[in-house]
Amino acid sequence: MPESLFKVNIEEYMLPGNRACSGCGLSLAYRYALKALRKNTILTIPASCLTVLHGLYPTTSVVIPCLNCAFASTGASASGILAGLKALNRQDITVVAFAGDGGTFDIGIQSLSGAAERETDFIFVCYDNEGYMNTGTQRSSATPIGALTTTTPFLTKQEHKKDMLKIMEAHDIPYLASVSSSYPVDLYDKFVKAKRIKGTRYIQISAPCPPGWVYPPRDTVKIGRLAVETGMVVLFEIEDGKFQLTGRSKTLAQRGNKLPVIAYIERQGRFSKISAEQVAQLQNWVDTRWEEYLRRAST
Amino acid sequence: MTDIQIVTGNQAAAIGAMLCQVQVVSAYPITPQTSLTETLSRFIEQGQLKAEYVRVESEHSALSVCIAASSVGARAFTSTSSHGLLYMHEQLHWAAGSRLPIVLCCVNRGVGAPWSIFNDQQDAIAQRDTGWIQIYCRNNQEIIDTLIQAYRIAEAVYVPVMVCYDGFVLSHTMMPIEVPEAEAVKDFLPPYKPHTILSPDEPRNINPVTFPWRRYDDRGVLCDGYMELRYKLQTALENSAASIIAANDFFADAFGRNHGGMLWSYRMEDAEVALTSMGSMATEATTAADILRDKGIKAGVVGIRVFRPFPKEAVRIALNKAKAILVFEKDISYGYEGALCTDLKAALYSTDIRVPVHNYIAGLGGRDVKPRELVEASEDSLKIIASGIREPKTTWINCFTG
Repeated sequence: MPESLFKVNIEEYMLPGNRACSGCGLSLAYRYALKALRKNTILTIPASCLTVLHGLYPTTSVVIPCLNCAFASTGASASGILAGLKALNRQDITVVAFAGDGGTFDIGIQSLSGAAERETDFIFVCYDNEGYMNTGTQRSSATPIGALTTTTPFLTKQEHKKDMLKIMEAHDIPYLASVSSSYPVDLYDKFVKAKRIKGTRYIQISAPCPPGWVYPPRDTVKIGRLAVETGMVVLFEIEDGKFQLTGRSKTLAQRGNKLPVIAYIERQGRFSKISAEQVAQLQNWVDTRWEEYLRRAST
Repeated sequence: MTDIQIVTGNQAAAIGAMLCQVQVVSAYPITPQTSLTETLSRFIEQGQLKAEYVRVESEHSALSVCIAASSVGARAFTSTSSHGLLYMHEQLHWAAGSRLPIVLCCVNRGVGAPWSIFNDQQDAIAQRDTGWIQIYCRNNQEIIDTLIQAYRIAEAVYVPVMVCYDGFVLSHTMMPIEVPEAEAVKDFLPPYKPHTILSPDEPRNINPVTFPWRRYDDRGVLCDGYMELRYKLQTALENSAASIIAANDFFADAFGRNHGGMLWSYRMEDAEVALTSMGSMATEATTAADILRDKGIKAGVVGIRVFRPFPKEAVRIALNKAKAILVFEKDISYGYEGALCTDLKAALYSTDIRVPVHNYIAGLGGRDVKPRELVEASEDSLKIIASGIREPKTTWINCFTG
């Protein structure tokens, strides 16, 4: 396990010249995720920002084999790759599905749930940029309350974010983790661990999005850190049912210095129309969950 | 020694899939297809068939599993009916666009609303433009034989094949069939060789975003744009007719049964009235033709076996001498007429065949249709033609339209 970025796998699987936006949280996370997964991996990805990142036919910036699949079918596509490999006696390959929050929380939830229930031996990764960013920032069920999107253009999103981690936990899978593109060592460690475990593994990456969240591209790491420091995103893992906070979330819990959500909200244009009442609702939502996480971490 | 078994259409299909040694099966239960997947589950759990069975949560996922499994190099099979096929629609395009030789049994059933579990061919006909080869079977022997041929065709031209047969009428009706010998099927069907394998040994990004124009790869080779890929799929479908005919001929040599390549004819040598249909209704049409002949009307049948690619040339030859063409079908293209009739008329357009073509819609949602009704319809058509009306309105057989 690397304690610092200097100890991660030096191989690069994501070559320069990809088509992601500048300051993309996904591209940062993807680079470290692939370093942890290494060469003997097959990816399957649905329609998403990642499809764009991978590039246009006939060139690609990613050197890991990838099967593009229809939007709703990522979990099933991974199941098919595994079944095919098993039929051909190739069981040394790590199969990884990589979908956005739309392809996970929304249109992809059925095939993901099916694959998890079948105890499919794969890693499902959701990079969560809290909206349909590839189509230009529409609301998803991962969008937080109070955010402006092009489908909630004036009144902001009125509902809280869906707790997808809890839904996946309810599938009794052997490994589940929440990570952030702003904490690559924590992310790398969890991917390395997930790769070693058999069965369905779920990793959700908080991936800030400059154009969608409306902040300058240079602030991606800062915004991602603030998400964790305010408790909007909590870094943790659940291995064989055992919950533990990790990384920055763990030290926040130890020191009790979690910041108020306003410190996170005020730096993003998407929250420019959030009402005082919504801020209070969001703070309450964060605090309730944070208390629950603290309780679970202490038992 | 000949192995004769008395089985349903679904059992025939399951035995066929087993003989083809499919490596990955994924399906979701739907009436009337269910017993096919149940039978395959039994074969696999009993160890008669060595295959991975992925018990998915939907038809959309079932075909997705087959697409992914086929992409890594496994022979994949699925089956469905009606709404299951409609739910697969997106993946049907994806499979054909990926040029994967998947075989799917479509046990034909009507589609809702309102709900119907009974037979017609609206489900498969509605998937006409997805880039799949569609072959229709008229009895259980044809189901097992066509399924075996289907893999040979699909793997020769890299186009998926839909083997269609009528729900309940065939799927749940027991008939004696001759089961081909496993070794002979192995000889007939060489192992699947994928055109591209998804593997870390040679990483590639399969089916990425493809632009309207052609683009250069890193070696400076100008590669296909989206439209070139579509043209290649269309060409593959057009050229697949040769593979379909070859598979049929080869099969006839090896197993002694010839089901017709693109179509089959019955008593057409001197026929003046040609009854045309697909699937089990075409079998009923042969009985109707016999009755008509007993009444002194020279009738014959052209059974369309392959609907896509459409047998344009074969239809022109088969209907060359007919004085009237009657198309009976279990589907309707709303706002126009039966889809088979439209395609058939289009095939005759630039020929000298200028005879009346009458369209009859029958058997929708399982409405019974008997040879006697096909006889009556044929007699009506002849009267209408004799009265000088060339193109009457499409007639719905045995349907209260008052």
